[in-house]
Amino acid sequence: MDKFNSLKGIAAPLPIVNIDTDMIIPKQFLKTIKRTGLGVSLFYEMRYDNDGNLIKDFVLNTSPFDQSKILVAGDNFGCGSSREHAPWSLKDFGIKCVISTSFADIFYNNCFQNGILPIVVSPGQLDQLMMAATNQIEFSIDLPEQTVKAGNHSINFEIEEYRKDRLLQGLDDIGITLGYQDKISAYEEDKKNKKPWLFKDN
Amino acid sequence: MSNQGPKTLFDKIWSEHLVGQREDGTSLLYIDRHLVHEVTSPQAFEGLKISNRPVHRPEATIAVADHNVPTINRQNIEDPQSKIQVETLAKNTKEHGIQYFDLMDQRQGIVHIIGPEQGITQPGMTIVCGDSHTSTHGAFGALAFGIGTSEVEHVLATQTIVQNPAKNMRISVNGDLPFGVNSKDLILFIIGKIGTAGGTGHVIEYAGSSIMGLSMEGRMTICNMSIEAGARAGLISPDQTTFNYIQGRPYAPSADHWDQALEYWSSLPSDNDANYDHEIVIDSSEIDPMVTWGTSPEDVVSVKGFVPNPSSAQTENKKKSIERSLEYMGLKPGTKITDIKLDKIFIGSCTNGRIEDLRKVASIVKDKKIASHVQAMIVPGSGLVKKQAEEEGIDIILKDAGFEWREAGCSMCLGMNPDQLKPGERCASTSNRNFEGRQGRGGRTHLMSPELAAASAITGNISDIRDFT
Repeated sequence: MDKFNSLKGIAAPLPIVNIDTDMIIPKQFLKTIKRTGLGVSLFYEMRYDNDGNLIKDFVLNTSPFDQSKILVAGDNFGCGSSREHAPWSLKDFGIKCVISTSFADIFYNNCFQNGILPIVVSPGQLDQLMMAATNQIEFSIDLPEQTVKAGNHSINFEIEEYRKDRLLQGLDDIGITLGYQDKISAYEEDKKNKKPWLFKDN
Repeated sequence: MSNQGPKTLFDKIWSEHLVGQREDGTSLLYIDRHLVHEVTSPQAFEGLKISNRPVHRPEATIAVADHNVPTINRQNIEDPQSKIQVETLAKNTKEHGIQYFDLMDQRQGIVHIIGPEQGITQPGMTIVCGDSHTSTHGAFGALAFGIGTSEVEHVLATQTIVQNPAKNMRISVNGDLPFGVNSKDLILFIIGKIGTAGGTGHVIEYAGSSIMGLSMEGRMTICNMSIEAGARAGLISPDQTTFNYIQGRPYAPSADHWDQALEYWSSLPSDNDANYDHEIVIDSSEIDPMVTWGTSPEDVVSVKGFVPNPSSAQTENKKKSIERSLEYMGLKPGTKITDIKLDKIFIGSCTNGRIEDLRKVASIVKDKKIASHVQAMIVPGSGLVKKQAEEEGIDIILKDAGFEWREAGCSMCLGMNPDQLKPGERCASTSNRNFEGRQGRGGRTHLMSPELAAASAITGNISDIRDFT
């Protein structure tokens, strides 16, 4: 998995609440059997008109935001469908960090599987960062220090230690769990005796 | 979470499935059943292949294609990408020895309909699926939640998932449900009350006499939409209604294990003095039949109500959000909900595509005709639901009324197959999401119960079942 350590750049402001994963990547793009190539379809219905032409005033279609690596968005970002195509499309577009006041649980988890850092800030901090993003002030994100800096603003954010480590080291989660194979086997043996109906394997 | 003291249903399932702690402090939770569909699994199987990892316990996984499948002609999937996706699932499951219900199998259907229907879903289990509506299975007192594709791969490879405990929330609904109010109205009301982020980080346990009085199918509708309240999962304590539903189904515990399973299941309900991080109590007499007016499932109002005015919003953000929704929905503030004219009716989905839903619709539209300006379709949740309905003559009643009678699948709940709204079309839908573009670009969705959708099909406007004769 890609590592995440620090990041500098312009942030795109998207001041809409409850941005759901259908908005991030609509259904027609879920037919792929690959993880890549979804960036061009990110926020498809906000980015393109009915004829497939770019909608010029949508933030990610305007310079310099079309090169953003950071997104600043309204409350409850990533709600709805569990589709991991949402973080895949953000990543493929080049966005490696999303800042909001809250994230839906499944989307939040999915970000960490893909080297994307979701940062939770307070509503007041979000207003400041939204303004800074709109004014094209450079953001500087430091994961080891857990800080977001933009102009005069310096914000500390919280992140669970294991999630931080995984991003910093780009760890393979399945590889880690397979290290506990003996425990998993022991658990299964125990339950086969105690709850045999669960192992009446089809 | 201590092992001592009173426990919630969630606490009990959690501690029973804890394989251990990893060194990074996270918990490894054992997964009893894994449901797989064609959209969120190909990349997971690809990942296994790249890393040369086997499926840990193929027999704990069941697969079905539901999202992409055509609801008219089963023999031919016209969209080449959809076809590849369905074929990829068939190939992957064959390669790894996973049970797969193919498109011509009568047991095929929406993954969250067939799990319970086959008796795969049982109390006390942990169940995951790469689909947010996995919360449906919580109706049986199973801890069931949606996961991303990377986690699908993790479960395939290890039969475990990396988790931290959720917080406990209990929503109690008490009293007899008023006439015309059913499980869909209840859950829409709850989402309206706590909001789409109200359950974030929590597992919601639904309790109280209104909930426990529901059939299993009604309970599934409630738990299904827990994700629309932001919750990780929904749960209802198992009881005799649950056990009766499971007994005799193909994947239910066999006769020689039944008593042992039943004894365990009976120990699962939350202890009386268990502690919840958050409690909400609702009196069911305050609930009306509910309809959504906007583009988030929290945008709900009584069918007797009006489209809200952005100027009455408490905050500037909320005002902007209402304005955006109204513009998308093509609605003016203050419009009476029952004055909203419809173009399409969709009855189906993992929320309301079960036999009881179809029976209710049939009883309302019997000997009537749908309004001349609407197109109405009904998509059974599974091949077996369809068969049951046909045996009861429900298909004839619906077709006589002017409904299109389709094959099973997710269909227009998300419009991955050809069943979609056109821009500007307005739909009364028994599904679960009214997001912008969800049912088709520019499509306008009003979520409601099957009863309201049926009444609305006849009048052509959003209608109150209580006024409908």
